[in-house]
Amino acid sequence: MNNTLYDKIWRDHCVTERADGTSLLYIDLQLLHEVTSPQAFDGLRLASRNPWRLSANLATPDHNVPTTGRASGIDGITDLIAREQVTTLDANCRDFDIEQFDILDTRQGIVHVVGPEQGATLPGMTIVCGDSHTSTHGAFASLAQGIGTSEVEHVLATQTLAQRKAKNFAVNVDGLLPEGVAPKDLVLAIIGALGTAGATGHTIEFRGPAIEAMSMEGRMTVCNMAIEAGARAGLVAVDDTTLDYVRGRPFAPTGERWEQAQAYWRTLHSDPDAHFDNSITIDAAALVPQVSWGTSPEMVVGIDGAAPNPEQASTEQQAQGIRQALAYMGLSANQPITDIKLDRVFIGSCTNARIEDLRAAAAVARGRKVASNVKQAMVVPGSGLVKAQAEAEGLADVFIAAGFEWRDPGCSMCLAMNADRLQPGEHCAATSNRNFEGRQGHGGRTHLVSPAMAAAAAVTGHFTDVRALV
Amino acid sequence: MKAFTTFEGVAAPLDRANVDTDQIIPKQFLKSIRRTGFGDNLFDAWRYHDEGAPGQTLNERQINHEFVLNFPDYQDAKVLLARDNFGCGSSREHAVWAMLEYGFRVVIAPSFADIFYNNSFKNGLLPIVVDAETMDALFERTPGLSLEVDLASQTLTPHGGQPIAFDIDEHRKQALLQGLDDIGETLVYADDIREFEQRHRQTMPWVFARDGRGYNTAAD
Repeated sequence: MNNTLYDKIWRDHCVTERADGTSLLYIDLQLLHEVTSPQAFDGLRLASRNPWRLSANLATPDHNVPTTGRASGIDGITDLIAREQVTTLDANCRDFDIEQFDILDTRQGIVHVVGPEQGATLPGMTIVCGDSHTSTHGAFASLAQGIGTSEVEHVLATQTLAQRKAKNFAVNVDGLLPEGVAPKDLVLAIIGALGTAGATGHTIEFRGPAIEAMSMEGRMTVCNMAIEAGARAGLVAVDDTTLDYVRGRPFAPTGERWEQAQAYWRTLHSDPDAHFDNSITIDAAALVPQVSWGTSPEMVVGIDGAAPNPEQASTEQQAQGIRQALAYMGLSANQPITDIKLDRVFIGSCTNARIEDLRAAAAVARGRKVASNVKQAMVVPGSGLVKAQAEAEGLADVFIAAGFEWRDPGCSMCLAMNADRLQPGEHCAATSNRNFEGRQGHGGRTHLVSPAMAAAAAVTGHFTDVRALV
Repeated sequence: MKAFTTFEGVAAPLDRANVDTDQIIPKQFLKSIRRTGFGDNLFDAWRYHDEGAPGQTLNERQINHEFVLNFPDYQDAKVLLARDNFGCGSSREHAVWAMLEYGFRVVIAPSFADIFYNNSFKNGLLPIVVDAETMDALFERTPGLSLEVDLASQTLTPHGGQPIAFDIDEHRKQALLQGLDDIGETLVYADDIREFEQRHRQTMPWVFARDGRGYNTAAD
C-alpha cells in the first residue's frame, strides 16, 4: 500500500460523497471560542436545528478575554463589545448544553493549548475550529483544520464537513536542530522556503529525524504554522513520543480502551512507499535562529542576516512587496537584524505558550533584566494549567524578577482583540504566528521569533543571537 | 443565501498581492456577534487614516483619499480586481461578509487562499480565477471598466468587449445559481452519517469518551 497518513485519516472518516462530488468527512471534535461561534449558534436557532452530537463540542473563551484582573471574570472585561461575545458564548453553551471551560475555570486557555493538554485532542481524530491555527493539533496525527463560521454551523448541525480531499505535501527535515535553534525557528525557515501560498491545496506532513526527535510541544509549534504556508492542515506521524504525551490525560482512554486505541494509533504513519504530490527538504543542522523582518510570515531571515534589498528581487511585484514591507516596518534595505531595537516583547500565543516555551524563555531571562528601551515585556501562559505549572516550577518568579509582566491565559497580544496591543510604530518581538500589517495593533510592527529569542531581545533591548547569551 | 445568476458592475483595481484577511477586515471588528455591519470597515486600515473602532459612523472617520477605493472613479465599484493569494491568513468569514456588505459580489484574482475561497461560496460572493495575462489586461482597463458576469455561461464580459471564459467547480456553480443552503444539502445524507457514526463508535470508541458531558458537568 502506498497511503500517506493523510490518506488514511481521510479514508477512516469519509462518510459518503455528496451529489456535488464533495466528500462528507465525519468530525470527531469541534473546538469553539467566542469570536467565530455566535453567528453559527444563531444560525441553528433560526433554522430550528439542534447540534448533532453535543459532546463532540468543547468551548473556551480565549481571543477577547483580558489577561489581567482575571479574578473579576466577565466583570473584568471592560470592552463592552468583547464582553458581549464572551457572555454570548456562555449563553450559547448553556442553551445548547455544550461543555465550556469558562473565564473563571482553571482549565480555560487558548483553545489549541487546551485541547491537547486535556486529552480532548487524540491521534487520528478529525478536528475543526473556527480558527486557522487549528492545524496545531496535527502534531497528534489528527486531521485538524480551521473553518469559517458557516462551517462551524454546518459541523454543529450535521457532525460533518463537506470538503474535497487536498493533495499531499511532504516537508522532509533532515538532520537535527542544533543547540539553541528551536522548533519555531524550523517552521519559520520552512515558511520562508515555501512562501505563504507554497502549500495551498495540500495537507503537509512533517517528516524526518528532526521531527522525530521533537517533543509534542515542539511538533505543535511546527504544525501550528502550517496554515502560514497555505496548507489548511499539517501532520506528524504517531510514535512513542505521542503516546507518552497522551497517556493519562483527563479525556484520554484507559485500560482496555487504551490498548485498543494505541494499537490503532500506531498505524497512523505514512506507508514506506507513500505517494506525495509535492515535497521539500530542509537541512535542520544548517539552521540558525530566525527573525521575521517584514509583513508576512514568509519574510524571515537568520539572526545573522539583514532586511532584503528590493533592487535584488527577481520580479517587480516582489520588489514592490519588499518596498511596502520595509516602509511599513520602518526598516531600510540591508539593515542588520541585530540593529532592530524592541519597544515591546510578547511571549505567548497558540504557537508558543506551553510549558517548554516558558522554560526556554526563563532560561534566558534568569539573572537578567528587561532592557530599559523595552517599554513592556509580557509572558502570557497558554492556559490556567500551564500558568499553575510555571508558577510551581518557579518560572513566574524568574520572569517577574527580570521585569516581565506575568499574565492570565488568553490570545493576548497575538492579534490585539483585547487590551494587549502595540501602539503605531512600535517594534515587538513576538512568539506568535502572524506579522501582517496591523496584526498586533494599528501601525504595529511585529517580528516573529522563538521564545528564547524573544527573551534575548527583551534583556538586550535588540535582536540578539540567543546562542551567544546562554 | 442570495442566489447569483448574472451581475453587472464597475470594477475597482486593488493592485497588491497577498492581501490577507487582517487587511480585509481588521480584528477589532470581529467583536460583533452579528453577521452584518461590516461594510464600512472593509479594508479599514487602508481606507481611513485613523484607527477605527466598532460602532463608529463614517463621518467620524478620516478618509484616506489616496486609497484606490476612495477615488471618485470607484465609488460604485461592485467587482474587485485583485492579485495573487487574495484572502490569505485568518479563517475569519467576516472578511467575506465585509466584502458583500461593502457592495462587492464578485472578486477576480489569479489565485485565492483556500479558506477565503471556500468562505466566499458559502455566502454568495463569487471568486473568479483567471490567468495572469487576463488579470493584467483587466487591470489595464481601469478606470472605466464595467463588467458583466454570467455565472450560468461562465463568462465575464467587459462592457463593449469580448466575453472571457472562466472555470468554476460545477457544484459550487449550481449551489450559487440556486442559493442553496449547505446544511440542508448535507442532511439529505443523515442516514449515512448515522450509520457511519454507529460503526465509528465500535472502531474508535475513544472518540466518544466525552459523551454525556455538557454545560452543567463542566465543574467535574
